Amino acid sequence: MSDKEKNQVEDRTRRTFLRNSGFALGGIVIGGTVGSLLGTTDTKNESNVNTESGAPVANPNVALMFFYPEEYETTMAAAERIFPKNDLGPGAMELNAGIYIDHQLASQWGVNARDYTDGPFYKPEPTQGEQIKVLRKDLFRLGLKGLDNYSNENYQTNFADLEAAEQDEVLTAFEKGEGPSLSGVSTSDFFKLLRQLTIEGIYADPLYGGNKEMLGWQMRKYPGTYMSYVKEIKSDEFVELDQQSLHSHMGHS
Amino acid sequence: MAKKLPKVPVVIAGMGWAGSIIASELTKAGIKTVGLERGKERKMSDYLMVHDELRFQHREELMQDLSKETITSRNNQGMRALPMRHYGTFIVGDGLGGAGSHWNGQTYRFLPYDFEIKSLTEKRYGKNKIKPEYPLQDWGITYDEMEPYYDTFEKMSGISGETVELYGHRSNPYPTGPMLKTPVLEEFEKAAKKLGYNPYMMPSANLSENYTNPDGIARAACQYCAYCENFGCEYGAKADPVVTTIPVAQKTGNLDLRVHSNVTRILNDGTKATGVVYVDTFTGEEFEQPAEVVVLASYVFNNVRLLLNSGLGKPYNPDTGTGVIGKNYCYQVSSGYSTLYYNDREFNLYAGAGALGIEIPEFTGDNFDHTNENFLHGAGVRSTQYGNRPIANNNAPIGTPAWGEEFKNQSIKYANSVLQVKSQGASLPHRNNYLDLDPTYKDAYGMPLLRMTYDYTEQDRQLVKYISKITRAIAEEMGPDHIDTVGEQAPFNVNVDTNTHNTGGVIMGADPKDSAINSYQQMWDAENVFVVGASAFPHNSCFNPTGTLGALSYRAAEGIGRYLKEGGSLV
Repeated sequence: MSDKEKNQVEDRTRRTFLRNSGFALGGIVIGGTVGSLLGTTDTKNESNVNTESGAPVANPNVALMFFYPEEYETTMAAAERIFPKNDLGPGAMELNAGIYIDHQLASQWGVNARDYTDGPFYKPEPTQGEQIKVLRKDLFRLGLKGLDNYSNENYQTNFADLEAAEQDEVLTAFEKGEGPSLSGVSTSDFFKLLRQLTIEGIYADPLYGGNKEMLGWQMRKYPGTYMSYVKEIKSDEFVELDQQSLHSHMGHS
Repeated sequence: MAKKLPKVPVVIAGMGWAGSIIASELTKAGIKTVGLERGKERKMSDYLMVHDELRFQHREELMQDLSKETITSRNNQGMRALPMRHYGTFIVGDGLGGAGSHWNGQTYRFLPYDFEIKSLTEKRYGKNKIKPEYPLQDWGITYDEMEPYYDTFEKMSGISGETVELYGHRSNPYPTGPMLKTPVLEEFEKAAKKLGYNPYMMPSANLSENYTNPDGIARAACQYCAYCENFGCEYGAKADPVVTTIPVAQKTGNLDLRVHSNVTRILNDGTKATGVVYVDTFTGEEFEQPAEVVVLASYVFNNVRLLLNSGLGKPYNPDTGTGVIGKNYCYQVSSGYSTLYYNDREFNLYAGAGALGIEIPEFTGDNFDHTNENFLHGAGVRSTQYGNRPIANNNAPIGTPAWGEEFKNQSIKYANSVLQVKSQGASLPHRNNYLDLDPTYKDAYGMPLLRMTYDYTEQDRQLVKYISKITRAIAEEMGPDHIDTVGEQAPFNVNVDTNTHNTGGVIMGADPKDSAINSYQQMWDAENVFVVGASAFPHNSCFNPTGTLGALSYRAAEGIGRYLKEGGSLV
């Protein structure tokens, strides 16, 4: 047999070995870190949101730790315009991006814990990055208020109650920095935050509260987390896998 | 008042690749060494939950905590430098293993041309080819002298790759064979070959096969799980100090490793160091660690900053071109690339590895004629397959809105149907690009931050324009349904660019007039201080820096061993 064929056989053997073995990779014993995970890569991760009958079970993580209810409504409405529901699948609202955003703003990231926050704050040149004194959680709250103020001024109603096309007009104005100043910060900075958080809320691991039932990943055929793609990466054909989240790694350490 | 500790032979500031290589070599030789690391301890089992794009890539868990220290930046001396308040461009390593934990693993050697760039350029093109505002200089060491150290680093880390004829000679083949040539890489290979190029598999520290290194460290093969860049490897397949050099040093019993220990200054009398002062980052308590030899091993920024904050070495002055500390800060250029969109083909882009890639050597260094070009050096033109994680990868043809239904449709349509032909270009020094201390902003310990004065140069813009055309030609040969080519180098933006290969500031050379350290990384101005890192590069090549950093670390370790016995200047 050629070296290449021999390698292929060895590869297959190794994969079988990886699947069946709890503690070794290709003959090298590397302790308990990874080995115990490998036996379970074929197990589908099912979060406990559905019972056997298919009826939804309450997910206690779907609740607010930062927003007040009206802020949450506005956030969902805005996020849905960033990533709307259509033929391809659910939008930001259905994917719980609003819950994700709520939880992020309540986290240490919401208070810029790992950012450099010492003054003085000067207006930057466009190449120098944001110089914003207002914390993310406060900027987001100001931005939501700004959306309502701007909507009331121009359309005589709150943002969440506007037609989709009108909401897009408001968001476009905010994106261009044409909305009202938010304690000195441009609405374009708020818009950037809103867009970033919405994308993250669709595609981050569901442990953070968004990407409900991994439907964000499913839409783009992203498998989530697997311990090995040795087989798939060699394939000329696209290999579609069931989605797995980090939850599938729990209980194996 | 700092608490004074007993004197040791060697103290190292920073325990990434550079610090840990020196620690492992010295401790194996029986030399007691203290390793100080400002970040946290790490071990392989920490990475069980590492497949988390948000936590590690977008919240930068493994990176330096910017609330404690950052850099300030400006494009030129006329501007006021402002702090980089959050990440956007380069990311800075932190913690045991440093950037060696979260790197991609692309492990090159620099070219023979790099080490003698000034002499070889003048020899081929004449004295006037290098314009006076570009202080290009030879490195004070040749490729042939570097070769054994590259060889040692590659064997320790188990680099996977294949020999490239156009590059410098190798005393040995790569310790492990190249990574898998996937269908994605084959697309590039076919097109490049048709155009007459000789593509090769990128040299990789993500092991292509199981490997046991000369220290007896056994590591498993890469599983192509797609979480390298910004992440640690839960298999130990990616070479990382935490699974290679650090355990070797620890096993000797000669390494005293202290984490959460941030060095703030070097104690010295202007010609010799007596030790370092460091802070326990949890309690704020200060310690003084006296030592025979002080090693700075914090890549680039803190090597420069510690010297400037300690009054060691002569600071660079851009107006006169004199002084050396902070001089020749370089970066890299990667704005020449083509993005390929396929309407009816899907690739397994969710899979990948950090150093899974294919590249052509023809446009690197001086491997093509520069007689009629307004730039020197070149770029690696390449395709890679890192694994396209979904928050970071939402590609759509230029002109697609950044949000809304069309954004959704296009970014999902192309999620598994987009490839890139990219480039990574060399960065040559310019007299106006340099590092010094910021006059205003300070770190959490009250020490001035480092100030970066940097912008791309005419050399960079010309190089990018030229290389983007090469990427376009290969992309067209690959035959997708749509190609977008970018070939304009915009000004340096601290929140936009995406290259993390900062270099220079404490450069090596043959002459104390224009360099800070000799080829053993020993300071000309203080013989018992060794400054190890990419800070030593007099310019940056078109390759990832770690291979060269690793090789120089082995050479420095050899020099420190000699210095402890003989003393004095090593050259």
